[in-house]
Amino acid sequence: MTLLAVERIKLFSTRSPYWCSALALVLGVGLTAIIAGTTDNGQVSLGVTQFGSSQLALSVVLVMAALAVTTEYRFSTIRATFLAVPNRTSALVAKTVVVAFIAALLGEIIAFGSVGIAKVLSPASDLAINTSGEWRHVAGVGLLYGIGAIIAIAVGILVRQTAGAVAILLVWNMLLEGLIGIIPKVGVKIQAWLPFMNANHFLQLGGDNMAEQAGAGVDFKLSQWGSLGYFAGIAVALLVVALIVAKRRDA
Amino acid sequence: MIEAVRLQKHYGKTKAVDDLSFTVRPGRVTGFLGPNGAGKSTTMRMILGLDTPTGGDVRIDGQHYAQLKQPLRKIGALLDAKWVHPNRSARSHLKWLAVSNKIPVSRVQEVLEVVGLTEVAHKNAGGFSLGMSQRLGIAGALLGDPEVLLFDEPVNGLDPEGILWIRQFMHRLAGEGRTVFVSSHLLSEMSQTAQDLIVIGRGQLIAQTTTEQFIADATQDTVRVRSPHAAKLREILAAHATVTDDSASGSLVVHGIPAQQIGELAAEHQIVLHELSPQRGSLEEAFMQLTKESVEYQAH
Repeated sequence: MTLLAVERIKLFSTRSPYWCSALALVLGVGLTAIIAGTTDNGQVSLGVTQFGSSQLALSVVLVMAALAVTTEYRFSTIRATFLAVPNRTSALVAKTVVVAFIAALLGEIIAFGSVGIAKVLSPASDLAINTSGEWRHVAGVGLLYGIGAIIAIAVGILVRQTAGAVAILLVWNMLLEGLIGIIPKVGVKIQAWLPFMNANHFLQLGGDNMAEQAGAGVDFKLSQWGSLGYFAGIAVALLVVALIVAKRRDA
Repeated sequence: MIEAVRLQKHYGKTKAVDDLSFTVRPGRVTGFLGPNGAGKSTTMRMILGLDTPTGGDVRIDGQHYAQLKQPLRKIGALLDAKWVHPNRSARSHLKWLAVSNKIPVSRVQEVLEVVGLTEVAHKNAGGFSLGMSQRLGIAGALLGDPEVLLFDEPVNGLDPEGILWIRQFMHRLAGEGRTVFVSSHLLSEMSQTAQDLIVIGRGQLIAQTTTEQFIADATQDTVRVRSPHAAKLREILAAHATVTDDSASGSLVVHGIPAQQIGELAAEHQIVLHELSPQRGSLEEAFMQLTKESVEYQAH
């Protein structure tokens, strides 16, 4: 608990988490607002409300999580951290827990905020969250952010510098996994096992506008919750590697 | 007590620290002396568990740093004043440090007062001058009221006022009976602060001794002699010591025998002396002499 308190103080005593959160909120909810505002009243579906949260704002949250550790390396406060808490694994796990929790919380705010703004701007649309699939589609965004934050922190620990970590995370999440689908025949098969693809699979709502949703056309071998578990497994595996490296490396 | 036994740190072929053994005695100020690049910082990082030694061992009161439960209460360190987030206030910086070692948060105010940063405590550390950063770093080191304090080149880059402040502060800490281990590349600085000296060059131990002893050893046996019969005197002394001519003043510089013996030799041979003065050689010269030897020794 002590270490969680330490990481909370550290995170909230600098400005970047506030800015990143605000930016994620504006981008995520803002995109939904634009879509809802430009779509004919009554035509906005629940699936459309989460484009901003699951695609755009996610990237900002990944950057925020990576920054939480790369700035420590950038300003050598990681050394001060390891001096205060020589058990590096505990210190870094505490940081991961705090950042992942905040990312998850932010995810829920953005996801439900997006639904809310769509309701306001397009009151005639059916945006009720009834089925378990609909709940997963909206509330699942928080889980996605939390696990994504773990991946971002692991990458941050391994790379240790902001520019590198951010580049890796953005290219991986926004470009690489999508572009692999271009490879004839095998591309789609590979995509079925890529972490962010599986994360999107978890969120998939199915139904009429299936083709518009991320991860469409990929033949996933796992159930939707299985995909989430797989995404989480990869995140934890990456974190374990990062923790081992951090423990062995000179600070 | 800090005890290093055959400590080694190799980076590829470079031996930053090579078979270094020393003891920092409790309740004393020990200077850690060596030219830039001698391995002082690396050694300090190994003491604090930031770097893993290639070989050997270093312990604080018999424990590795990583074994300390609340390390900040045992040993306070200032390795680099810039190890703070520039957008975090001084108070927040000290607060998270305090919480991490279960130190009462009220202690933050106390150490801020001790180092005189109370008025700027709410300001971001990124805007601090080097002197202020150094004070903040010392506040962090003092937070847990530790019995052992470690400072790496604390006066480096400071203005005279800052240097004086640090020096007085060291004296104060020593007066409180704390163990202080402080590195520097300036012997003159250390000679005013430290009771013990550990001198290293190229990662190896050159000397571990008291400051008094070190200065006595380094400055003895140089005597300036002036005589109207310089040539004759030179001949006589050459049998007992190394004699060099100081052509500028026309005097002889004698190494290896004390002034007393030179006087006796001169009297024995009935040589008139106009000057017989033991030289208090500069500390820096002695230090450079010592570390230069270690460099030359290394080069072979």
